[in-house]
Amino acid sequence: MAQVSLKNLKKSYDGKQDVLASINLEIDDGEFTVLVGPSGCGKSTLLRMLSGLEEITAGDLVIDNVRCNDLPPAKRGIAMVFQSYALYPHMNVYKNMAFGLKIHGAGKEEIERRIKHAAGILKIDHLLHRLPRELSGGQRQRVAIGRAIVREPKLFLFDEPLSNLDAALRVQTRLEIAKLHRDLKATIVYVTHDQVEAMTLGDKIVVMHDGHIQQAGTPLELYQQPANLFVAGFIGSPKMNLVEGVIADASATGVTVTLAGGQTLRTEVDGTGLTAGGRVTVGIRAEHLWENHSGSEQFTGTVNLVEHLGEANFLYITLSNGHDVVVRGDGEREVAIGDNVSLSAPSASFHVFNHDGKALRRLKPGNMVAAKRVA
Amino acid sequence: MTKNIGKLSATAFTQLILALFTLVSVFPIVLIIINAFKSRDGIFDNPLAFPTPETFSLVGFTKVLDKSPFLHFFGNSLTVTLVSLVLILLFAAMAAWALSEYKFKGSRWLAIYLAFGIMVPIRLGTVSILELAVKLELVNTLTILILVYVAQGLPLAIMILSEFMQQIPKELKEAARCDGVGEFKIFFQIILPLIRPAVATVAVFTMVPIWNDLWFPLILAPGEETQTVTLGVQQFIGQYVTDWNAVLASLSLAVLPVLVMYVFASRQLIRGITAGAVK
Repeated sequence: MAQVSLKNLKKSYDGKQDVLASINLEIDDGEFTVLVGPSGCGKSTLLRMLSGLEEITAGDLVIDNVRCNDLPPAKRGIAMVFQSYALYPHMNVYKNMAFGLKIHGAGKEEIERRIKHAAGILKIDHLLHRLPRELSGGQRQRVAIGRAIVREPKLFLFDEPLSNLDAALRVQTRLEIAKLHRDLKATIVYVTHDQVEAMTLGDKIVVMHDGHIQQAGTPLELYQQPANLFVAGFIGSPKMNLVEGVIADASATGVTVTLAGGQTLRTEVDGTGLTAGGRVTVGIRAEHLWENHSGSEQFTGTVNLVEHLGEANFLYITLSNGHDVVVRGDGEREVAIGDNVSLSAPSASFHVFNHDGKALRRLKPGNMVAAKRVA
Repeated sequence: MTKNIGKLSATAFTQLILALFTLVSVFPIVLIIINAFKSRDGIFDNPLAFPTPETFSLVGFTKVLDKSPFLHFFGNSLTVTLVSLVLILLFAAMAAWALSEYKFKGSRWLAIYLAFGIMVPIRLGTVSILELAVKLELVNTLTILILVYVAQGLPLAIMILSEFMQQIPKELKEAARCDGVGEFKIFFQIILPLIRPAVATVAVFTMVPIWNDLWFPLILAPGEETQTVTLGVQQFIGQYVTDWNAVLASLSLAVLPVLVMYVFASRQLIRGITAGAVK
């Protein structure tokens, strides 16, 4: 297992434009790190640079205190699982898993032992003598993971491994990967564009956008204290409601904002250094807007559209101050289009972003709000 | 209903055309083979008849096998064809792999240069090739034939094979590189097995013209020692007298290796030809 550190890692194809600009990241031994971001953000390129399939333009990649920039993939002690499985089509499952080991000169018994072990973990013992084309998608992906396991690598790299699977299988395989990580205590870097995968699997999530790391942290940190507008919009579904406003009053204990429609809000964020009159963006998640009066900040609005999910309704509401918001409402309650509803939110659950899109520190982040609601 | 009839007649028409084409192609071969088993009189009395007990004769074969160095010619042809084939397939596959997998300076120009060989018939250069062969003292050797055939076969083989190699998913090679497989092993153990149908296709397309070629053996290696089958047959065709028994018997024998090759490759060949068309 391994400790990985990326120092000022850079990638550019033509020497002019940086695809990745100065990536700094520390990955601890045994940590499950998820790289997440919209397509084209550079997450796959970063993974391929870790694997050695893509050259590093500048900076240092250090795995277990060894600088790996110029080492070929095989010498880095990594194993990669591809989205398209990439099984050798003319070899059966056993040979697929044995191929890499044989190249490295492992003995026959050693190969046999490792494959038996991996096949046992992944429950593919009965498939060992089949060809890849005789397997289902889920089985193929498990073989691909098995091929990585038998190498006993220091670092596992997963490149969107669940994207080719159907929804039910994706959930199941996701659980298996989580279990695998727990059992093997492996260091894993995992690329995905699916935030549910990121939130459920990752010890640490790295949100990327336009070749930059926007924020790295635990799933709950990212959810509760997103560092900027991009992360706030990217993590969480439906997207966080964002409304522009002007600072009416700011202090270390809270910021009061006048929204574009005229309404004034009190938010519990650290407003040190802000002055009245500055432009800010206020954010609130759909699940923190309540259909009752128990929160300190009150709104009224009209329902435009309702999405019924069963356990919840997503209400698309135009507020009386003119802003459109999404509210996660009670799924049992009957709501019709055109209904007038009153909403409220506690001042602690608001996010405030300054004119650069940087988040202000929330004074009471976390599950305190939810805990209060249950009580 | 009318649609069905239309479809049926269209199929019938296609089959008819194909049947006619088959007939035209197979007829000369059948004619050669049936007449090879007849006596001289039988051939001339009724060339289209099958051998009867009266006309049946193996005189052609005995003449060819006993009284002429035909087996030796046969060996020459086989050597030249097989060695050329192996070299063409090996070098073409390697070149195709290099051109499709590695991007290096001038790789595009190299590809265009190689494709040029398809458009310019190698026979245009016969005189220069002969001069070169004389200078290298390679006239009347099998080596010069092999060299010429390799040059002749490479361009098309490279083009077909690189087309197939581009269809192999990139991830497969990357997975192998992550597995620590060397580039040579990737080529021989992963790429080559995957393009086997293409290799079989190229092998048949390349082999037939080499086996049948008369031009280069006649010019570069006409000596008794190095004659190939096609050239050897000519000795039975005289200006005044042609020994038809021997000609037909030797031609029948010459068809054999091509047939054997085709039988072995045909399953792969069909897969190869249709591989790109139907998923």
